[in-house]
Amino acid sequence: MTADGARAFRTGVREALGVPAAVLGAGFLGYGSLAADAGYSIWMTLAATFAIWALPGQLVLMEMQAGGAAVATTVLAVSLSAVRFFPMTLTLLPLMRDGSRGRRLWQFLLAAQLVSMTTWAVAMRRFEDMDVESRWHYFLGFSAICMGSAALFALIGQLLLVALPPLARFGLALLTPLYFFVTLVGEARTRASITALACGAATALGLHAVAPGWSLLGAGFIGGTAAWLLQRRHARHD
Amino acid sequence: MRDTTDLWLLLSACAAATYLWRGLGVLLSGRLNPQSAMFEWVSCVAYALVAGLIARIIVAPSGLLAQTALTDRLLACGVALLAYHLARRNMFVGLVCGVAFFIGAAYVRGAIV
Repeated sequence: MTADGARAFRTGVREALGVPAAVLGAGFLGYGSLAADAGYSIWMTLAATFAIWALPGQLVLMEMQAGGAAVATTVLAVSLSAVRFFPMTLTLLPLMRDGSRGRRLWQFLLAAQLVSMTTWAVAMRRFEDMDVESRWHYFLGFSAICMGSAALFALIGQLLLVALPPLARFGLALLTPLYFFVTLVGEARTRASITALACGAATALGLHAVAPGWSLLGAGFIGGTAAWLLQRRHARHD
Repeated sequence: MRDTTDLWLLLSACAAATYLWRGLGVLLSGRLNPQSAMFEWVSCVAYALVAGLIARIIVAPSGLLAQTALTDRLLACGVALLAYHLARRNMFVGLVCGVAFFIGAAYVRGAIV
């Protein structure tokens, strides 16, 4: 690593240590406690965090597995919850690749595993005033801290759940659902996102009573398509 | 209950199914337009799926949360969201208030029962 590369790496590390690592940590603290409650071993929790590296997908897996859903529907639902990575790597990777020499495809394929909602959003914003070399090192430093923090907090959450008194356990178990609730509802601005939220939630709860194994896939397809149609109709009228 | 090996296999399959999208993005970057209608649709589907997931965990949870009252879980969501907005969109204030309310509500219920 060159001196410039090392400096960019350190900048990434420094900027991740703070709000990004702490917010991710809160989500993964709750995930660790839910994992302990679901009977996961520590290794399973850490493996899921590193291998999937997407909290929604990890929760879908845990929920559907606990509910006894079929393997195929579980894998399909997890995969659908991760489709957002496609446009994310599609837009992020060219910013680190174009004009760079000597970096190989496998390195970019490995870097794609580090992409998360947080790292993508920060990188897209910070990349504007960086050269291609610095971007690569910045991204690695930033992502390493995010992943490390998530794994550490998941571990703490898993160990805390058994150590805490019952009342505090309830609070810890609610942490991650609450985190997503505030993120989803607090950030929903457009008509399409509000429709997707409402339709997704209503479909999941409606289907939960009759076909629990299909409720998440149903919520995605029915709620998502309804929101998409509405968005397109409005786009045409504007 | 599935045994541990099955869970590891399921985890591997889910990890591969997640990576599929990351890898495709790398391989096809520069050749696809991320603003196309297809992308809009899949992002709506993914968004609605996660909304359904959170609704299900809050309204009909399994495990530990199943021992708590639905009213408390819903009120905790409301408290967290309100605190988040009052604190100028501060996630920590929202989470701390929501969780504190939830623990307090569970305590009061325990004391009454």
